[in-house]
Amino acid sequence: MNLRLLQQTARAAREIVRRLAQTVPVLLVVAVVTFALLHLLPGDPAVMIAGDQASPEVIARIRADLGLDRPLLEQLLHWLAALLQGDFGRSLLLNQTVLSAVAERLPITGSLAMLSLVITLPVGIVLGTLAAYYRGTWLDSGVMGVALLGVSIPSFWIGIVSILLFGAVLHWLPTGGYVPIAQGVRPWLACLIQPAVVLALFQIGFLARLTRSAMLDTLHQDYIRTARAKGLGEWLTVARHAFRNTLIPVMTAIGIILSLLIGGSVIVEQVFALPGMGRLVVQAIMARDYPLVQGTMLLFGLAFVLINLAIDALYVLVDPRVRYG
Amino acid sequence: MADARPRPPRLATLRRLARHNSFRFGFVVVVLLAAAAIAAPWITAELPTAMHLRLRFRPPSATSWFGTDLFGRDVLARVLYGGRLSLWIGFATAAISSILGAFIGVISAQYRRFDAVLMRIMDGLMAFPAILLAIGVSAALGPQTGSVIAALSIAYVPRTARVVRASALVIRELEFVDAARVAGATDLRLMLRHILPNCMGPLLVQFSFTFAYAILAESALSFIGVGPPPPAPSWGNIIAEGRDYTIEAWWIMLFPGIAISLAALGMNLLGDGLRDLLDPRLKVDS
Repeated sequence: MNLRLLQQTARAAREIVRRLAQTVPVLLVVAVVTFALLHLLPGDPAVMIAGDQASPEVIARIRADLGLDRPLLEQLLHWLAALLQGDFGRSLLLNQTVLSAVAERLPITGSLAMLSLVITLPVGIVLGTLAAYYRGTWLDSGVMGVALLGVSIPSFWIGIVSILLFGAVLHWLPTGGYVPIAQGVRPWLACLIQPAVVLALFQIGFLARLTRSAMLDTLHQDYIRTARAKGLGEWLTVARHAFRNTLIPVMTAIGIILSLLIGGSVIVEQVFALPGMGRLVVQAIMARDYPLVQGTMLLFGLAFVLINLAIDALYVLVDPRVRYG
Repeated sequence: MADARPRPPRLATLRRLARHNSFRFGFVVVVLLAAAAIAAPWITAELPTAMHLRLRFRPPSATSWFGTDLFGRDVLARVLYGGRLSLWIGFATAAISSILGAFIGVISAQYRRFDAVLMRIMDGLMAFPAILLAIGVSAALGPQTGSVIAALSIAYVPRTARVVRASALVIRELEFVDAARVAGATDLRLMLRHILPNCMGPLLVQFSFTFAYAILAESALSFIGVGPPPPAPSWGNIIAEGRDYTIEAWWIMLFPGIAISLAALGMNLLGDGLRDLLDPRLKVDS
C-alpha cells in the first residue's frame, strides 16, 4: 500500500468520525419528527385494537398498557430509551415485532432498489455524456427530450399503463406480486423487471440531465484543452480526463438518487402489489399502527443518513481536493 | 447613500428569456394549461360533478371529447376543472416552500447560531423520502386540500432552504454587503434589501422545479388515497378513481395523465430556462 493512499484513508476515517458525530442530532430530529407525526394522526390506537364495541375500561387498560396515558414527553423519552437498546417495539396489527416485519420485507425493497440502480447508473451516465459531447445536435435534443419526459410523467401512471400493456394485453410479464429469488431467478426477475424499469425512468432522467451539465462543465476546463493541444486522441481525452472528473459530481448525486429510489419504491410497490417496505409503511399509516410507522419511518431516515455518510467518505477518498470543515 | 441593490430585470433579460427555446416552450404549455383551467366554464357546458348514470363509461366521441366515467361524469369537464385544483396545489406548495425556504435560508446564512440548529432540522426532514413525509403529514392532517398543500410544503421546504442558504453565504461575503454594513445598515436591512434580492435567481429556479414536483406528488398522494378528497376533481384523483377500469375505460386515466405530464414538463422546461439565464454557476448551457 503506498503512502498517499494510506494518508487518504486516514483522512477519510477522520472525516467519517466527524460526520458520525454530526448525524446524532439529525437522527434525533428524525425520531422526533416521526413521533410528532404519529401523535398528530387522528384516531385512538387503543380503540383500533379493542374494536368499536369494547367497553371504556378495556380501552383504558390498553391505553395504560401501551403507555398512551402518559405525558407526551415521557412517551417520547421512553421510546428513545427503548430505541437505544435496539427495541423498536411491536406492531399493533401484525402480531410481530417491528424489526421482524421489516426484516421480512426489506429484501423485496432492497432487490427492487438495487435492480433499479443497476439500470439507472449506466443508462443515465451514458445518455448524459453523449448529450454533452454531441451538444446542440439532434442527438442531444433527443436524449434530453427523453430525460425530460422521464422526470415529468408520474411513475405510477407509467406503471399502470405498463401493466396493462405487458401484463394484460401481451401476457409477457406478471401483472403484479412477488416471487422470492429462492424459487428461481427467472420468475423473480420477471416480477421485478417491470417495477424496476418504471422506477428507473425518473432516476435516469434526473441523472442524464445532471451528467450532461457536469460533463459540459468539465469539457470547458483548461486541462481538456491542454490534453487536446498535446495531441491526445479524442477518445482518451474524453474517457481519461473529462469522464473521470465528471464522475465526482455524479457520485454525490447517488445519495439523492437512492433517496429518490426509496421514495419512488413506496409508490411503485403499491402499483405492482410488491409486499415491500413501502407497502408496509403505507399500510401502517392507514391503519394507525403507530409503533410500526415510527419504526419504519425511523429506519428509512437512518438508511438515508448512513448512505450519505458512506458517500461522503467515498468522496474524500476519490477526490483529494475535498476537505470539509 | 445609494442602495447596492441589484437592478430589476431589464428588457434585455426578458428578451433573452423569450429567445430561450425551452423556456419559451415551457411557458406556452403552462400558460395554455392554466388558461384552459380558468376558462373551463366557457370551454364546456358540463359540470365536473354532474352525474348522468345512463351515460356511464362512454368512450370519447364528438359530444364528449374525453368520454365519461363510472358515474357518467364528463371527463373533459373533470380534467379542465381538476386543473384548477392541481395547478393551485402546485402553485401554493411552490409559493409556501419558497417563502419559508427563503426565510430559513437567509437567517441561517446570517446567524451562525441559528445555522447549526436550523440546518440539522432541515437535514432531519430531508432524511425522509419527500413523498413518504408528504403521505404521513397528509394522513395526519386529514382529507382536505389544505393538508395536501401543507404536507407537500413541509416536504419541499428543506431543499429550498438549502439552495437559498448556499447563495446567501456567497453573497454576504461580497463587497457591496460590507459597504452597506459599514454605512450602518441593520442586519434586517442587509438581509431584506441586499442579500435576499440577490438570491432571487436560484429561488425562482427552485420555485418552478418545486411546482413540477408538487403536481407529480399530488397525483401520487391521490393514488395512495391521501390526496384532495372527491368528488371535487383533481388530476390525481381522477386517475385514482379510474384505475380500476383501465381496460374497459382507458380514457378516464389517459387524459388527466397527459395533463399532469404536460404541466410537469412545462414547469421543468421553464425552470431549465430560468436556470440557464439566472444562475451564474451554470452559465455553460446558454
